[in-house]
Amino acid sequence: MGSARLYLAVAVGGFRRYASYRAATAAGVFTNTVFGLILVYTYLALWEERPGLGGYDQAQAVTYVWLGQCLYATLAIQGGGAEKDLMDRIRTGEIAVDLYRPADLQLWWLAGDVGRALFQMVGRGVVPFLVGWLFFPMALPGEAGLWAAFAVTLLLAAVVSFAIRYLAALSVFWLMDGMGVSQVLMILGVFCSGMVLPLNAFPGAFGDVVRWLPWAAQIQVPADVLMGETAVPGAFAFQAGWAVVLLGLGRLVQSAATRRVVVQGG
Amino acid sequence: MDTNGRVGAVDPFIELDGVEKVFEVRRKTGFMRRERHRVRAVDSISFAVARGEMVGYIGPNGAGKSTTIKMLTGILTPSAGRLRVAGIEPSRERTRLAHRIGVVFGQRTTLWWDLPLIDSYRLMHRMYRIPDARYRENLDRLVELLELGSLLDVPVRQLSLGQRMRGDIVAALLHDPEVLYLDEPTIGLDVVSKAKVREFLRQLNAERATTVLLTTHDLQDIEQLCSRVMVIDHGRLVYDGALAGLHESGESERTLVVDLARELPPIDAPPPARVVRVEGPRQWLAFPASESAAGLVARIAAEYPLVDLSVREPDIEAVIAKMLHGDSHGKEVGRPVP
Repeated sequence: MGSARLYLAVAVGGFRRYASYRAATAAGVFTNTVFGLILVYTYLALWEERPGLGGYDQAQAVTYVWLGQCLYATLAIQGGGAEKDLMDRIRTGEIAVDLYRPADLQLWWLAGDVGRALFQMVGRGVVPFLVGWLFFPMALPGEAGLWAAFAVTLLLAAVVSFAIRYLAALSVFWLMDGMGVSQVLMILGVFCSGMVLPLNAFPGAFGDVVRWLPWAAQIQVPADVLMGETAVPGAFAFQAGWAVVLLGLGRLVQSAATRRVVVQGG
Repeated sequence: MDTNGRVGAVDPFIELDGVEKVFEVRRKTGFMRRERHRVRAVDSISFAVARGEMVGYIGPNGAGKSTTIKMLTGILTPSAGRLRVAGIEPSRERTRLAHRIGVVFGQRTTLWWDLPLIDSYRLMHRMYRIPDARYRENLDRLVELLELGSLLDVPVRQLSLGQRMRGDIVAALLHDPEVLYLDEPTIGLDVVSKAKVREFLRQLNAERATTVLLTTHDLQDIEQLCSRVMVIDHGRLVYDGALAGLHESGESERTLVVDLARELPPIDAPPPARVVRVEGPRQWLAFPASESAAGLVARIAAEYPLVDLSVREPDIEAVIAKMLHGDSHGKEVGRPVP
């Protein structure tokens, strides 16, 4: 109970931190709206040529685009969430301050990142989505049940997203610098989460592989849940499975890393 | 409490007995080839600090100070030896111990950079599970003592270094720790801020009997706060005793900087004072730190066209360097180290 209040406070802090940068948020809303427009017209042209691509009709393709813009910053698809701060703290040695606290390192960063995600969705993601909803035909469900399932799938997506980035950040304990890892993370994130094109549209064995990677839990799965394109229990299981595996891996790497921390930053 | 810290042996609050920390470092020696070698960061250190003592822990960079503090907080496990803080083995019960200690790193912050100061304190409230009434009381008291009342709603990134430092000290004390580790608490601060921090620490120690272990490069921190000082070098404790003894063992010198009305030959100073540098009308004289400057100043004022003067305290690095690399009798002064 006591620790639940702590991590809640950390999450609130994560939310407020990002809320304090208003200009950045406004710029983000504008960027996501413009990118959404560009993508929507590209998709419409594509679906005109290839009706039913990836099993989506045009309204679903449009919905997918605006959902992607909404989740882009929320799930830190390109990076730039907790892992960025964590990498900096490891590099500078500030991580020592985090380590002597009576708190769990991974839960601490997870809570902060979930708070960040929530702000990014409310502050930055919702507006582009509403713009899409106002000006384009979208395929949104009527039943409350699907929206509730969508909320759960988003939370799971946020955890998977964090777990991947947390692992990437821990690598800095060995690499001393996060630049390279961040770049790989960005490319994998943008491509494998389905930010560019729905993973459903990827052909053959390559498509099968990409759809089983953890990144698929981030945009593809929530989109399919919202549009009723996938069975909800299976979607939850897929996301939760990856969350457990990646968080567990994170704990292993974390304990190896903290045994090491001490060598640098005297 | 006697200045030799002997009380520490009677009622030890922090106790180290033959503590060692060896790091294994792998170095790349060629393509795919790595060589392992061992670095002994802390080499068989033993000391005891009594409850309510205020001890300076000093030494050159890389001497092993931070490694010791990390072992005391439990984020590092000693390779050998016995270590207890408040009867607890830190690395085993790090979280339990964390509720009883406070840590302040001058060059790092525990505060939330983007958020108002008060948000970080609310977090401490939850993290250390401080009862509401005690939290309020401690916050009010600390904020008043460290003059942070008007800054609670200011984001930490907008605070000056001195304000941030005071903010960090409040964060470390909200849960009433019995011991406070301070790593360079006055680094980079201006004179006024330094004075505020020191005054506060003195009060904390006097009124609440908080045990303080202080790492610093500023000799004045030690002079004004600590009756006892420990010097570590190459992982070994080389001095443990009163500050005065450290001066003697290091034969440290203060510097008198004199501005004369015009360029003159080196001042004829009474030994052991002597001119060490001349630059135009300005001259530098070195004299033993243990002696008063008054006589020397009076004599110069009487015999030379004196315009201005200032006295510079020996810096701690110089004192230690002299002690470590000077003549061998250094170690005999103060309490002998086992």
